[in-house]
Amino acid sequence: MDLDALAGCLSSSACLVTQTTSGLIIGMLLFLVAVGLTLIFGVLKVVNFSHGAFYMFGAYFAMTAYQFTGSFALAMLAGAAGTAVLGLIFERVFMSRVYGADVLMQLLVCYAFVLIFDDVVRLIWGPEFKSMGMPSAFQVMPLFIAGGVVPPYYLLLIGVALSAAIVLGIGLSRSRIGKVIRAAAQNPGMVSALGINTGLIYGGVFALGGMLAGLAGALAAPVRSLTPGMGFSVLIESFIVTVIGGMGSILGALIGALLLGLIRSYGSLGFPLFTEGLMYLFMVIVLVSKPTGLFGKEAA
Amino acid sequence: MTRTRTPGISRRSTLALMGAGAMSVAAPWVARAQAKTIKIGMPTILSGRVAQLGTSSRNAVMLEVEKVNAAGGLAGRQIEMVIRDSKGQPQEAARVARELVNTDGCELLLDGEASSGSFAVHEVARDLGVLCIHTCSEASSLTADPKQHIPNAFRCVRQGIHDSIVGGSYAAAIAKTKGLKKWATCSPDYAYGRDTTGEFTLYLKRFAPDVEIISESWPKLFQPDYTEVVTKILQAKPQALYSCLWGGDLTSYIDQANIYAMFSQMEVFAVNMADYTALTVVKNLPKGIHSGNRYIKTFPTTPENAAWGDAYKAKYNEYPTNWSWQNATAVMFLAEAAKKANSADGKKIAETLKGLTIKCPFGADGTVTMRGDDHTLVGYAIGWGTTIPQEPYVPEVKVGDWKTIFELEAEWKKSKGYT
Repeated sequence: MDLDALAGCLSSSACLVTQTTSGLIIGMLLFLVAVGLTLIFGVLKVVNFSHGAFYMFGAYFAMTAYQFTGSFALAMLAGAAGTAVLGLIFERVFMSRVYGADVLMQLLVCYAFVLIFDDVVRLIWGPEFKSMGMPSAFQVMPLFIAGGVVPPYYLLLIGVALSAAIVLGIGLSRSRIGKVIRAAAQNPGMVSALGINTGLIYGGVFALGGMLAGLAGALAAPVRSLTPGMGFSVLIESFIVTVIGGMGSILGALIGALLLGLIRSYGSLGFPLFTEGLMYLFMVIVLVSKPTGLFGKEAA
Repeated sequence: MTRTRTPGISRRSTLALMGAGAMSVAAPWVARAQAKTIKIGMPTILSGRVAQLGTSSRNAVMLEVEKVNAAGGLAGRQIEMVIRDSKGQPQEAARVARELVNTDGCELLLDGEASSGSFAVHEVARDLGVLCIHTCSEASSLTADPKQHIPNAFRCVRQGIHDSIVGGSYAAAIAKTKGLKKWATCSPDYAYGRDTTGEFTLYLKRFAPDVEIISESWPKLFQPDYTEVVTKILQAKPQALYSCLWGGDLTSYIDQANIYAMFSQMEVFAVNMADYTALTVVKNLPKGIHSGNRYIKTFPTTPENAAWGDAYKAKYNEYPTNWSWQNATAVMFLAEAAKKANSADGKKIAETLKGLTIKCPFGADGTVTMRGDDHTLVGYAIGWGTTIPQEPYVPEVKVGDWKTIFELEAEWKKSKGYT
């Protein structure tokens, strides 16, 4: 425990800028993965334990596209679009068969695919770790804001994730398709009776969730080493975010992810050997005081 | 008088049955002893973030085993390697090691585990009494701590304390020249990371007493994101940083630290940098990182070392790693010990290994020795230098002196209560 370091940081504008930005970066990446997880749960009522694999595929797709094209924009597109297609196929071929099944069955199927997807990555890209490398446009000196250090790439990362959050929030609350998705989440039978293809909606939501996780993987690829199984630790943290925010709540995922990011960032100063523990402790505190999560709805 | 036979099983039949039973129970051992081939088990990490190192260990072993088999095998018995993935998990490493001996009939073990798993395999070797050569774990206590010692285990690996003595004195000289007084550390939070960092700072301070450690970071092994660690170090504003992160963790860390321009703000001493596994993977390798030699084919600067590196590359289309040379050396030791003992029996090989010196491309003077009293490797080429982003990656290496290493190591062992 180093409370002096934490207190020193809180009284320094430079430290506040650096650590807050650091927390936002961690939080925003987590949000992109967690929001897909929470969206799929909210609409499909499936705990998609294989969700981390889409993050992994997004990173590998982006790296491959970048190697072939040298274009960072195409790499991001490949990461997001590739995982969207993968998500759609996965949902239609496999997951659609376990809707309504026992949650244990769903978890087992998903876990089987976690292992299968890891092996697929190993077969295609090999078992050794890879690095995509930072695109030359971002190989620049970091910005110094109020004495704090902020890398330009991380500003892009925060911007993209925040844009995704806004588009998703507005899309689901204001657009017609958003209303249909929310209706399908509440009463799929009624939506189906109105002549709307719920299978298409489910597939679309799964693809959207996969796409967001893939985008997170693609954004992480320039700064994280790529390896089969890399989705697992992200998945665990995303689950924590989802549980803290409330299963099915997009706003909850955003707030939960940001809180977790800030806990990690400031926790590393004040509680360097208990940073991981702080996350779990926070989750326990939230669940004890509000079992449905910060923005979760009580069961009817 | 006529002896009547009582109903049931006769004494002769009973003896025959007992004999057959004993034979069937003993059959695997008899068959094993008479087998032409000798199975050597190897748990190593073939998946996950350090799979490249595990794969390079397997490659190096196979490269050397082919040579040994071509020359007649281990005391006339062809070697058959049985290599299993431990996934880098200690409990899995122990399970695999036990299974290799008990189920697969392996008579020897090459333990291709990082320190996180090697201590678990060590306990299996203690329990089963099988000859085990650790080929990857650098945590000093594995062989330096007498409590860990067992007669049937050896370590054919560079050792943290050796690296730290050479690295500490190298870093101290630079610290004095450049006035680097405020240092930070960032190392993985497990036995190797803790041990090695403690040992490095011990010798850094010994040779440069003005040095002060102002920040310590202990990210967990295989942590995906180091952002909070990087920013924490930047907040501390050290003049120099020491890290013993390795493999994918090190490359992730460098990628993330790079965009904070960390390498332009402080001198960085990353002991595991000068290994092809990191040098060739990092896309934007910063110039001027100080590193201990791991495996580079230009150090030691001998034709034998370069030829071995090239032979490996020719076979596997990539350069070897630090784990490669250590595993290759273990097979060289096995071959030489079996030859001297004229036996492939584990106990006899273990006896011969004690104090054995062999010719080796990775030796400081062309030879390496398996030190008898603590069963650890000494005499390998060791040094530190600075990186450049293209081959030869570390153009100049300041060579470590084994006389000094031995003196300071003995002192360190005494201070730890090991002798």
